[in-house]
Amino acid sequence: MTWDIMKPLLETATGETLRMVAWSTLFAVLGGVPLGVLLVLTDRGGLLRNTVVNKAVGAVVNVGRSLPFIILLIALIPFTKAVLGTYIGAEAMIVPLSVGAIPFYARLVETSVREVDHGLTEAVQAMGGSTWTVVRKVLLPQSLPSLVAGLTTTVIALVGYSAMAGTVGGGGLGNLAVTYGYQRFETGLMLVTVALLIVLVTALQLIGDLAVRGLARRGRARTT
Amino acid sequence: MITTTDLRKVYRSRGREVTALDGVDLRVREGEVYGVVGRSGAGKSTLIRCVNLLERPTSGTVTVDGQDITRLAGRDLRRARTRIGMVFQHFNLLTSRTVRANVELPLEILGLAGRERTRKALDLLDLVGLADKANAYPAQLSGGQKQRVGIARALAGDPKVLLSDEATSALDPETTRSILALLRDLNRRLGLTVLLITHEMDVVKAVCDSAALMKGGRVTESGTVAELLATPGSELARELFPVGGDASTPDSTVVDVTFLGETAAQPVISQLARTYNVDVSILGAAMDTVAGKQVGRMRIELPGRFEENVVPIGFLRERGLQVEVAGEEQAAPVVEAVR
Repeated sequence: MTWDIMKPLLETATGETLRMVAWSTLFAVLGGVPLGVLLVLTDRGGLLRNTVVNKAVGAVVNVGRSLPFIILLIALIPFTKAVLGTYIGAEAMIVPLSVGAIPFYARLVETSVREVDHGLTEAVQAMGGSTWTVVRKVLLPQSLPSLVAGLTTTVIALVGYSAMAGTVGGGGLGNLAVTYGYQRFETGLMLVTVALLIVLVTALQLIGDLAVRGLARRGRARTT
Repeated sequence: MITTTDLRKVYRSRGREVTALDGVDLRVREGEVYGVVGRSGAGKSTLIRCVNLLERPTSGTVTVDGQDITRLAGRDLRRARTRIGMVFQHFNLLTSRTVRANVELPLEILGLAGRERTRKALDLLDLVGLADKANAYPAQLSGGQKQRVGIARALAGDPKVLLSDEATSALDPETTRSILALLRDLNRRLGLTVLLITHEMDVVKAVCDSAALMKGGRVTESGTVAELLATPGSELARELFPVGGDASTPDSTVVDVTFLGETAAQPVISQLARTYNVDVSILGAAMDTVAGKQVGRMRIELPGRFEENVVPIGFLRERGLQVEVAGEEQAAPVVEAVR
């Protein structure tokens, strides 16, 4: 296979992968942050201690986390079809990817938020702050570097998941690697795909690390 | 200003009950600095956290500035808390915010507009002597500076009451002195009522008008520092003002004499020696200023047993001195009830 044939295939597939990852990352944040915060707040010693809610949310998150993604992918086909009218293509894959990523990120958010010194929460309560104030002014800003680090991990996991999604008709680099590289023995294309994925993951990790370092610097700064 | 009535707090965990507060009655007058001392585990931290309901008491009431705090919840409680400042042992500053933004936080909660917040925060930083550090991050400050930020932040809501939870316990002695001097200054200039808890007697000595001693969830002694020093057998007075020295022979009487105010100027010891022709040896003595008053304490030894010294001891008491005879004190434990 020549580069002229490979090039458009790779371009389309990379675009699809990026779109799948970007959208599902957005949903992971929108779903994972509230769930993670809720898990901390409703836990024992939390501001909204509520064992029932905590156990219920925890159970939902655990189910989402424990299913192997490939199973989730197939199990969600009827749901995806109901929501979007189709279960084929990169757009349709955003549904199972988000469903997989939300509990994944929620647990990371939970861990990050739990790390925030309880004294800060108390200080804000003592000055008359509500639970919402505590979340907005203390828990999220104080855990931001850690939240971003967790998001980097989530995005990279999503790149991997999106490749898996390719095997069930999701498009993207994973689909390319399977249909051309594996089924047609196009080793050249396979290698290029793998190289692209390595570059993608490395770049994402680098961006994430830089962001974390930038955010954490203020808190640790020392006078020289 | 702050009154607690029969305050009880019982923690339950896995079927076990721990009583942290066992009927605490405390009365802090307006404009005074009130120190609660006690060992760790005595319940003083729980007590101060009950005053702004960070900890809800199991029973009893807390009144701050005429308002029964224990009846409040939700929005009303949050509004009441904005009028009660609190400083913490570990400062509890947000590392992600600058010094100025930390002081602005309570003002954000109060709903002040941006420009007004900044102005007020800078005023407050000026008040605690940190105007030049407004744009620094807490990590760039020393412990004492961090606590100054904590104090500025606590004053943001123009509180009438300041609660200090071991505010100087993480600081070195010199920084402790400067923070205490600041609290004293704020107490005088702003008429701020300060309730502080500490395990350091020196803190009480340096700034408190009144003090209470806590043990096992109860207040065992309380009153103004002068009253406590004048109370025979007061444990707080002894701890505030320790005089050492043991009897040289078992056949002698050891007497602790406390001079308060003008009695400090009288030459009682030489009068005693001359009038009764006894040899007085001084085992230990100290003069100090406690809560702005000159106080002296002396441990003297008189030859012979207590029975032989009843008359000279009576003489000292007649002179208006507070006299405690060693060995007698256990027989007279004093618990002063607070109204």
